[in-house]
Amino acid sequence: MDQTKKKIKTNTITLLPPDTRVFVTLFNPYGEEAQKSLELSVNTTKEELQQILQSLVKTEEDQVYTFFHNNIELVDTLNQLIASDPEYKLENTFSLTYHPQSLFRIQPITRQTAALEGHEQPVLCVQFRTHGDVLATGSGDTTIRLWDMLTETPIATLKGHRNWVLCLAWSPDCKYIASGSHDGQVCIWDVETNQLKGQPLIGHTKWVTSIAWQPMHLDEECTLVASSSKDGSVRIWSRTSLSCLISINAHQKAITKMLWGGQGYIYTASEDTTIGVWNKSGKRVQELKGHGHWVNSIALHTDYTLRCACFSEGNIEINRKQAKVLYDKMLSGKNERLVSASDDQTLMLWEYTSSKPKVRMTGHQQQVNHVQFSPDGRYIVSASFDKSLRIWDGYNGNWIATLRGHVGSVYQVSWSSDSRYMLSASKDSTLKLWSLQKKKLAFDLPGHADEVYAVDWAPIGGEKAGSGGKDRRVKIWRH
Amino acid sequence: MPQHDYIELHQKRFGKRLDTEERARKKAARQPHELAEKAQNLKGLKAKMFNKERFKEKALMKKQMLAHEEKDIEVNVEDVKDGAVPTYLLDREQQQQSKVLTNMLKQKRQEKAGKWDVPIAKVKQMSEGEMFQVIESGKRKQKSWKRRINKVCFVPETFTRKPPKFERYIRPTGLRFKKANVTHPELKTTFSLPLLGVKKNPQSALYTTLGVITKGTVLEVNVSELGLVTQTGKVIWSKYAQVTNNPELDGCINATLLV
Repeated sequence: MDQTKKKIKTNTITLLPPDTRVFVTLFNPYGEEAQKSLELSVNTTKEELQQILQSLVKTEEDQVYTFFHNNIELVDTLNQLIASDPEYKLENTFSLTYHPQSLFRIQPITRQTAALEGHEQPVLCVQFRTHGDVLATGSGDTTIRLWDMLTETPIATLKGHRNWVLCLAWSPDCKYIASGSHDGQVCIWDVETNQLKGQPLIGHTKWVTSIAWQPMHLDEECTLVASSSKDGSVRIWSRTSLSCLISINAHQKAITKMLWGGQGYIYTASEDTTIGVWNKSGKRVQELKGHGHWVNSIALHTDYTLRCACFSEGNIEINRKQAKVLYDKMLSGKNERLVSASDDQTLMLWEYTSSKPKVRMTGHQQQVNHVQFSPDGRYIVSASFDKSLRIWDGYNGNWIATLRGHVGSVYQVSWSSDSRYMLSASKDSTLKLWSLQKKKLAFDLPGHADEVYAVDWAPIGGEKAGSGGKDRRVKIWRH
Repeated sequence: MPQHDYIELHQKRFGKRLDTEERARKKAARQPHELAEKAQNLKGLKAKMFNKERFKEKALMKKQMLAHEEKDIEVNVEDVKDGAVPTYLLDREQQQQSKVLTNMLKQKRQEKAGKWDVPIAKVKQMSEGEMFQVIESGKRKQKSWKRRINKVCFVPETFTRKPPKFERYIRPTGLRFKKANVTHPELKTTFSLPLLGVKKNPQSALYTTLGVITKGTVLEVNVSELGLVTQTGKVIWSKYAQVTNNPELDGCINATLLV
């Protein structure tokens, strides 16, 4: 009776005997080998593996990890995980991929707590201040309204634009808001006094499509802000001198979305099917070609890190030095990953170093409107006009799941800060909360009377989410 | 009218009169008075022609005056158009599938006295002779208790005829319809939606039970393709619509949705 060869059957799962030892190879999230063959007992638990990994990777904080084999999570002991893989043989090394896990848990959003009236035209853009205590909403009635989240009441109405406010962005230190409107004007507002700084900045000839501030770790004072427009140009404005520093004639056709990445490059997605990578002096670094139709939206895996740069949980003060530390950690020596969503129903994963896409992700049946990386950069979710959302792996672009439930085109999607839940806003007037772990609908959030145009989940202290739509109401949701 | 430039030649050679400027100025000053006199005293065809010319001139003059004043006028605030859409929808011509039941509409309906108002309130009374065709039966074709319906009807999917011997009302298959062209009154778009049933025929309750569709009939249609959702999150899949044409004459059922 050879104990090592005999397998004990329990509840149709074949478990190896407890004294068996297996060889395990640890892979980091990028797929690179972190540690070759470790000899471990099959009864190694998650906690023991974490200790081993912490000593190997030498992280300072208490970083919690989760372990996966072929996308199946390690729950109890290594034995269970091995049993789940029928093809594994004892002679081979068992591959385990580890992922850093967020230490906190965000509670899912289940109900509406406020329906804020005030806007006279549809609400077009919604953004929380990084600490989640103030919500800024821009609308077709040319005003931006600031709402206090503690009391769910209005703080101020910022008037100064002459046409619909199409996009707005909080500065990295959240002291200023830059907003762009339908007549091509960009306004910079001082949030401490709720006043317009200077005059509206004129320069664009057509409407402003997106606004992005320079990341904090590149400039601690947050002086530069870039705006892109339908006229195909990107203009970099200085907040202090209130003038246009550079105008880059980036594309022949409209620029649909622009991002200022942490490595200093400006990414512009355009209707001419290409994505341009520019440095802030106006020189083109790369042209990412590959899509067959308009590029609707782009996202960087460091988006969330750049947004929460100088803020941290529980601390309302700004810590400007922290921005660089957090960013470097997120980047971990590689380049920023960019994902783009297009009208040709595909998404593509890029790095600015090459003009060819790394991965091409197909599956959607209609135009893909919005794409977002999860805050930890592991997953990508894409929202499409075919009423579904798709989850993809953030490192290699593999398709993970399709989320169906909406009865109208899905317009926008937002992640919770622990990367466990996604909130999607749709044309069918509902918001839906999806669970990443279960890969299905967690909560249905009806309440809007008409199409929902914008949604945002508070980044730090993510208790609340806000949404605005065609019915001119701003709704606040929480657990 | 001078036939060649002899006047200019003379002016070149011998110079102008000393008072030409003044005379020209005075002549120009008299022009408005002369024009006014003409305008007031001309008659007939000459008046017509003169008035036409003057009208054109005045229009042109007004434009020029406005152009001159432009720099004095403050920049007009461009009319902020309605129907604001976010950036990702701006370049798209959104075919509005349909609107969701807005709170306001619901409230309006509740407040209005005629809560159950329909687009076609009254319908002309139809005689039995118009509706039915008497079918004679029996060996000597003397029995005349059978009737054939001359109008369009709707039969449910699970419909099975009664045995022909006992069938009193015959609904010809050629006049049975399953779909209706339903128009959304606000969006002004028309969809071809499957019918679910006949809710009420204004002519008589008998016609309602038979499923006869005439002008003014209220039908129940399947609206799931419109993707409507209530505020509580439930998906609406059926709504009422009222028929607006005479289907037996047109060969199709046109209806307006009752929102």
